Amino acid sequence: MSPPSLHTAGHVEAGPQDHAHDDEESHGSRKGYWVGFALSAVLTAIPFWLVMTLTLGKQATALLIMAFAAVQMVVHMIFFLHMNRRAEGGWSIMALLFTIVIVGIALSGSLWVMYHMNANMMPMQAASDMG
Amino acid sequence: MALPMTPSIPTVSPILGRFTIEALPLHEPIVVATFVAVALGGAALLGALTWFKLWGYLWKEWFTTVDHKRIGIMYMILGIVMLLRGFSDAIMMRAQQAMAFNGSEGYLNAHHYDQVFTAHGVIMIFFVAMPIVTGLMNYVVPLQIGARDVSFPFLNNFSFWMTGAGAAIVMMSLFVGEFAQTGWLAMPPLSGIGASPGVGVDYYIWSLQIAGIGTLLSGVNLIATIVKMRAPGMSMMKMPIFCWTALCTNILIVAAFPVLTAVLALLSLDRYADTAFFTNTLGGNPMMYVNLIWIWGHPEVYILILPMFGVFSEVVSTFSGKRLFGYTSMVYATLVITVLAYLVWLHHFFTMGSGASVNSFFGITTMIISIPTGAKIFNWLFTMYRGRVRFELPMMWSVAFMITFTLGGMTGVLLAVPPADFVLHNSLFLVAHFHNVIIGGVLFGAFAAINYWWPKAFGFKLNQFWGKVSFWFWVIGFYFAFMPLYVLGLMGVTRRLRTFDDPSLQIWFIIAGFGAFLVAIGIGAMLMQFYVSIRDREQLRDPTGDPWNGRTLEWSTSSPPPDYNFAFTPVIHDNDAWWDMKARGYQRPVNGYADIHMPSNTGTGMILGGLSVAFGVAMIWYVWWLAALAFVGILAVAIGHTFNYKRDFHIPATEVTAIEDARTARLVGAAA
Amino acid sequence: MTAPVVPLDRDQFHLAEEPHHPEGSSTMLGFWLYLMSDCLIFAMLFATYGVLGTSYAGGPGPKELFELPLVAVNTAMLLFSSITYGFAMLSMTEGRRGATQGWLAVTALFGLAFIGIELYEFTHLIMEGAGPQRSAFLSSFFTLVGTHGLHVTFGLIWLVVLMVQVQMKGLIPANRRRLMCLSLFWHFLDVVWIGVFTFVYLMGMLR
Repeated sequence: MSPPSLHTAGHVEAGPQDHAHDDEESHGSRKGYWVGFALSAVLTAIPFWLVMTLTLGKQATALLIMAFAAVQMVVHMIFFLHMNRRAEGGWSIMALLFTIVIVGIALSGSLWVMYHMNANMMPMQAASDMG
Repeated sequence: MALPMTPSIPTVSPILGRFTIEALPLHEPIVVATFVAVALGGAALLGALTWFKLWGYLWKEWFTTVDHKRIGIMYMILGIVMLLRGFSDAIMMRAQQAMAFNGSEGYLNAHHYDQVFTAHGVIMIFFVAMPIVTGLMNYVVPLQIGARDVSFPFLNNFSFWMTGAGAAIVMMSLFVGEFAQTGWLAMPPLSGIGASPGVGVDYYIWSLQIAGIGTLLSGVNLIATIVKMRAPGMSMMKMPIFCWTALCTNILIVAAFPVLTAVLALLSLDRYADTAFFTNTLGGNPMMYVNLIWIWGHPEVYILILPMFGVFSEVVSTFSGKRLFGYTSMVYATLVITVLAYLVWLHHFFTMGSGASVNSFFGITTMIISIPTGAKIFNWLFTMYRGRVRFELPMMWSVAFMITFTLGGMTGVLLAVPPADFVLHNSLFLVAHFHNVIIGGVLFGAFAAINYWWPKAFGFKLNQFWGKVSFWFWVIGFYFAFMPLYVLGLMGVTRRLRTFDDPSLQIWFIIAGFGAFLVAIGIGAMLMQFYVSIRDREQLRDPTGDPWNGRTLEWSTSSPPPDYNFAFTPVIHDNDAWWDMKARGYQRPVNGYADIHMPSNTGTGMILGGLSVAFGVAMIWYVWWLAALAFVGILAVAIGHTFNYKRDFHIPATEVTAIEDARTARLVGAAA
Repeated sequence: MTAPVVPLDRDQFHLAEEPHHPEGSSTMLGFWLYLMSDCLIFAMLFATYGVLGTSYAGGPGPKELFELPLVAVNTAMLLFSSITYGFAMLSMTEGRRGATQGWLAVTALFGLAFIGIELYEFTHLIMEGAGPQRSAFLSSFFTLVGTHGLHVTFGLIWLVVLMVQVQMKGLIPANRRRLMCLSLFWHFLDVVWIGVFTFVYLMGMLR
């Protein structure tokens, strides 16, 4: 790889101590990045494998890959975005939770509302099929 | 007669896009007359500015300012100027509807009338209410939390110019081309390229997109300010209630405006790139637009009203000489409204046909949201109870608000019942309802706030006589203008109609028109109030900085406050910080000043605003080369700005001393 | 933060000395709030895809169009760029400018590869007659994935600008702050991509 990798070798162990004094903003440690990377590689690979091979049924695969996505998002939040309860006096996590709630409401609400509309207001095509 | 005069899509020239001389509305005498008046007025204004050599002053002290107070004032001026435009649209509609009976077509053709009602709604919400709300928060919040400025002063200036750019684009549509004829939410498929091939909807999209960037960034800015910049000792629960409502408003802005941005972007893709989101063909679904835009739209009404709840809380507490009743419940009510605002959007389209389960869910959440609002009304009443109520102008507006808003709220709960809504949907009853809460809530709040904080902003009070004239004409005019609409709505009259067949309806429209005429006098009296007050400013001068015997921190500094707001960073022990300081015999320090660190002015915001206008107009008219050029320009200027690392300076202690000594002298003079 | 370090004297109403507000102390929070708003834009695009994603209008569906191996490679590019950006941040905290610049350059290369593959996929689809105009499904697909790609593109422009600034001024506090903002942005796009490959590509193949 490029020059930086030469530097990294000697610093793998130095990571944690280097950042112990880093009190105001956490940038994570080299180990943290590797753990996050390994986890997300696994969490990406399994869903791809599940879908490509269809080892399980469609329904089970769908549920499983959604669960994997949720877990992987959390992994990224912790290891790459360094989310924790202390960042910015707790305001970051609060903003994140609020956003998740709003996103949840808007996403599930839209799907629910539109699904019901489609079911009740049958498009002309479907209506004629029925008739 | 009613045929649209939209020129059929002309071939797009590589240089001028679809702009032709036809786009100038030379065939519409009303527009030409307006244009001549605006052009003459504008020329006179520009001439006067040049004659009095004010350009340098305006550029240095206002356009490039990063001072939250001046930006706040500029927002307010923008809001009031646009109010005049929006109201002209209103009175034109009232006149048209009062006239167009018995075969009369009135005086507005359909093409023109449809633009008028669309522009009225868009301007009143986006370019009157929003700038006024943002301006108030900008002006007041840093002062109330004891900060020197907002978290991101340059961003603040940039936000203002983006809002201004949006307003400029809307105003341009009056004279070049046309505005949307779709109603204020531009619902497809009517707003699609097939039904609206002209430039109107594109004017709508780009003005809102550009102004929306400003609104969003100003929301981020004010949240960061409130979270990060509070004076020592001011815990969240010691924050003035206006700051709480401002915080929740800005949370709503940051969590709602992206939705508007997204949905308008999808609509533009349908119009520009021929995609199939909201079309009737190729699997598109126009109702998805309705769904998405109301996910923004409902929080939007709370964005407008929440800060006004804060204003009324401050005003009622100050003019009752009492601590606000139920501070904690007020905070929680505000927070509950913030979350519930996202759970009610479907009540705007009960009739879409989502069925009983969906409708009843949203009907119930809508009724629930009225509970925290009701709690607030009781808090204000209990604050007044056994208080020494002083009926100054801000308090008069607050009382008018409580009565009017409660009425509007009750008709809202009525509309929240889905079966009732099936009858009232899209009727004048609905129009009466939302004017009842927006005028009775947001505008009355804005007027209370203007009368309340004007002395802080300019150092002199507003004239009482003209203020009262304005108050009575506004309030009475409001009832005359909108109560008939409730009646008409119950009789089944739908909104946005241009002519009527049933002569028995006419009397109600005439009464409503009379109400609008009274409101016009109210607006005139308000302008008169500003003029008279500025003329007589020496008599109305308030040297103390605390004309109302105020309770919160902004009244502890001079009026107008110095650039740095507070010579020393205040320390807070109580919700009513300034009241607490006065009660404990606080002595204002008169020496020991230090250098104060301040952000520097910059012209980048205005330049970016100007380039955004160019970009928007180019997109509207399909002038692709200009759009590309303007876009590259925006990127280049924005990137160039980041290469400037020196963005602040220090006000030397000697200058602070001079300013504060002058204040000491004024205070001594006032006490003598 | 506003919490006082020493208990405040009840009768003290101002600070005798200017409090030290570290320059840019609000920046990270402000930028995080912006990201939250961006998150909502994506949420709306996901909602649109969720509602319109099965409206093929007689045109091709996901199974005929998506090539999972390509998506897997693309996902890998983004993941690699994430960890290399992380290494850039670590080098930054250690104050090593050269290493920071090197890792940023590597990140940019992975980002470019991602954009390149996406552009290839898009042109390929359009050539096949499956452009965004074909059906509501394809409109929402192109818009969602394209918006993510546009974000990455802007991230790349930003990254290059920051590299120039780090070269000019070094790892001064202002530049560190900017690198941290871009770090949030970059990793945030990664999180969005998890949603994209799961809900758009993988779930699409299951239909």
